[in-house]
Amino acid sequence: MGLISDGTTIFDAGALDSGIAKGAMTFIKKLTADGSGTTLTFLNGSDNVVFDSTYKEYVFTLNNIHPSGDTVDLEFQVDTGTNTNYNQYITSTAFRAFHQEDGSANGFGYRVNDDQAQGQSFQRLLHQLSNDNDHGGSGILHMFNPASSTFVKHFVFTGQHAGPTHFSRQWNISGYFNTTTALTRVQFKMHSGNIDAGDICLYGIT
Amino acid sequence: MGVISNGTTLLDAGAIDSGVPTGAMTLIKTLTASSSATLDFLNGASNVVFDGTYDEYVFKFYNIHPATNGADFTFQADTGTNTNYNITMTTSYFRAAHGEDGSGDSLTYDAGRDLAQGTGFLQVISGIGNDADGNGNGTLHIFSPSSSTFVKNFIIRSCTSYEDGIARDMFIAGYFNTTTALTRVRFKMSSGNIDSGVIKLYGIK
Repeated sequence: MGLISDGTTIFDAGALDSGIAKGAMTFIKKLTADGSGTTLTFLNGSDNVVFDSTYKEYVFTLNNIHPSGDTVDLEFQVDTGTNTNYNQYITSTAFRAFHQEDGSANGFGYRVNDDQAQGQSFQRLLHQLSNDNDHGGSGILHMFNPASSTFVKHFVFTGQHAGPTHFSRQWNISGYFNTTTALTRVQFKMHSGNIDAGDICLYGIT
Repeated sequence: MGVISNGTTLLDAGAIDSGVPTGAMTLIKTLTASSSATLDFLNGASNVVFDGTYDEYVFKFYNIHPATNGADFTFQADTGTNTNYNITMTTSYFRAAHGEDGSGDSLTYDAGRDLAQGTGFLQVISGIGNDADGNGNGTLHIFSPSSSTFVKNFIIRSCTSYEDGIARDMFIAGYFNTTTALTRVRFKMSSGNIDSGVIKLYGIK
């Protein structure tokens, strides 16, 4: 059944009509770490995850990621088709700002140890996360048109966390997966140990 | 009266049901380049809203591909019915870079790409390679463009595979130094056409 008001279709077949203004940012999936797993993985077409040409942009929000080990890195990689090696070529940039809680030090600069040049490793997002009880890392990762079969796939990330010697650190990471094959999966993990707690949400931008 | 469609409550008590997603970010317009010299968003034309309806407008750029290798993707704005696209801007620009061969890792303020009361087009994505898989992406936020009191601030973050083989992460911000409402925004390459790509305009409630 549909509903037409003053000649305008409001909804039909259980959904608002495409002509009705509504939100352009759609929640797709939330994964929550329970401390028992080493990875959090979003796989297109599985478990209600969409990661294809439905959206031009996908946004991951990382909320209070807490590692089981101390001074460990949160990182991510992607893969194509049914491959699960998570070793796509990445060229990336990385820089950060930090400030100690006691005001004793601050800094701002490029980080040569956190970027990649045609590397196939997992890309660091948050470097040296602390596992203090009240510490966590958060951030926002944007991926542009991951299903393109023409272009390399760009991403940008901004993150923030409290560090093991009690500092605030902001990260800006960006780069591209140097492949023209559609990406089908994204995996997040700690460089060592488990993701003790935290959640990652995936959104699509219409 | 409530309205239920295929078992889903859509309307009840005169309002959209709370279970129906709405959201504060609304897609206004999509423009797709096809060897285009310019792409324009004009308030009040072709379903474009660029006035006091929203406090913030967001442009998103997807897979911008230039006809000319190394061309910059740029933008300007104008007021009223003017089409000179020469509003005075003061801006800042810094960027990180890193080559596929491991060279050139840097974080730099780029004085050659900012404007100081300039009236030219501003670089949004610099030096996009036009090899087949090269492209640029990014987001531009403009705050209260219809204000008749304040200058119009904007913030950009963009990325590209710079002239084939260099990852670039660009941070640009500034303001249109006018208290007149902006009515139109134009995007173009610094040289040649926009070969392909998509620009979307959103309003934020």
